[in-house]
Amino acid sequence: MVVCVALCMTVGPYSGNRLALIVSFPSCAEKCMKCKEASPVLVIRVGDAFCKACFREYFVHKFRAMLGKNRAIYPGEKVLLALSGGPASSSMLRQVQEVSAPQRSNSLHLASLVCYSEGAVCGQSLAERGDTLLQMETILQASRFPYHLAHLEEVFDLPSSILQHAPHNPTGPKNSYKEAVEGFIRQQRREEGGSPSLPERQIQEKLAEVSLRDVPGMEGLADPEARLLAAVRTEQLIRLFGSVKTLTAKEELLQTLRNHLILHTARTQGYSKVMMGESCTRLAVKLLTNLSLGRGASLAMDTGFSDDRHGDVVVVRPMREYSAKEIAFYNHLFGVPTVFTPALDTKALEKASIHRVIERFVYGLQAEFPSTVSTVYRTGEKLSVTPGDASPAAEPERCLLCLCALDTNVGKCKRCLPAPG
Amino acid sequence: MAAPMSLLVEFGGGAELLFDGVKKHQVTLPCQPEPWDIRNLLKWIKQNLLKERPELFIQGDTVRPGILVLINDADWELMGELDYKLQDQDNVVFISTLHGG
Ligand SMILES: [Zn+2]
Ligand SMILES: [Zn+2]
Repeated sequence: MVVCVALCMTVGPYSGNRLALIVSFPSCAEKCMKCKEASPVLVIRVGDAFCKACFREYFVHKFRAMLGKNRAIYPGEKVLLALSGGPASSSMLRQVQEVSAPQRSNSLHLASLVCYSEGAVCGQSLAERGDTLLQMETILQASRFPYHLAHLEEVFDLPSSILQHAPHNPTGPKNSYKEAVEGFIRQQRREEGGSPSLPERQIQEKLAEVSLRDVPGMEGLADPEARLLAAVRTEQLIRLFGSVKTLTAKEELLQTLRNHLILHTARTQGYSKVMMGESCTRLAVKLLTNLSLGRGASLAMDTGFSDDRHGDVVVVRPMREYSAKEIAFYNHLFGVPTVFTPALDTKALEKASIHRVIERFVYGLQAEFPSTVSTVYRTGEKLSVTPGDASPAAEPERCLLCLCALDTNVGKCKRCLPAPG
Repeated sequence: MAAPMSLLVEFGGGAELLFDGVKKHQVTLPCQPEPWDIRNLLKWIKQNLLKERPELFIQGDTVRPGILVLINDADWELMGELDYKLQDQDNVVFISTLHGG
């Protein structure tokens, strides 16, 4: 399940001043390393132990500094906050609330929320999905931001413009999402004359097989109960995922569809920025997964602070300097509610997907060599590619699904090269 | 001889799925010759609370990487980790950060 919170920054840009300099020195962990008075509750890095109050200050400040440093939000800009109910995005919502508090001079408010559910493809029953939605709505209502719910099933209603770099051209062909995908696959086949051999190819074909215009849309079903009963859609979604062979490919399909749904929501509601709550631990996993899948080209965009591949909607990742540990402690110590929803493979075997094997590897690294994880995710910043170099004047040709620029040397996106199981 | 002691053991972040979906467990540890520490507690949890797939919770004699341990709302890294000597009425929380959003 993912929630989008939309908000509007009305007064002034963030200022990244007063960033507390965290000085690292050997600590006996008797006292908080910052205030030198209170008892510490948390070790952030080796030797850095914070008390509860200083940890909160450090955490909240890091969020403001992140936005300020990157000049991420312009005054009055409408921002959509994508939330999953999971720890990192729930924590992000809390930070936005902190920043939006009335006494703050820089406030983000006038928010509205969109929440969507992926329960159908993660093995949740109708009853479980209903329960998850209920928990989610409780959190959404408490946030005081207006919201609405969306479901992964709605990807079948997406317009083809979701697959374009920037939909500035309203006179463009009014193809369906499905037709656009089919067209792309035909073109790929013509170009290479080879046979499909990879998860993403598989995904494109499966998407192309699905035609759902004969099914009533879910847009009108405002009531979550009624949405849940749109069983036909759910059935089709389950069949789509069921027909994708490997768990690695399913993970990729889910991420792609989720991104499309978030992008679509941003466009239809008129938001130019989307905030995603990916932690540095999560981004390190994503970066190494991308490497393993042969995706050097999209690496920087997939893991950097700012991702402008869609043109009109820019994705920013303000949680990328928080470790999963910091986030879990913050949520626990300050009562941030989260909703646990199973992942695609919650019940699958450990080695079932590349994503899972890499996750296990990264957490092992974190445990044995704590500083290496931030080194991994920071590497992404140094790898940024400028695909326009070959033909600076031309708009780069883009991969259909991930929308990263195609590698001009091979004529197609590295992301779409064969990937192991 | 350690007297029986009562603890509140909690699981979160999805770790509760390995414990029948139950987040809070009020447990009473029996008398035993040596004092109770986290190392012993983990063994006890494995034998008495863990319902499925112990390898997702325990690795060797400690918790699996990615599972955080809090003792009375403080990082166990500040408390001696496995060697922390449990006290009656302690609160021990295990939070999984795996698959986290
Ligand atoms: Zn302090
Ligand atoms: Zn691609």
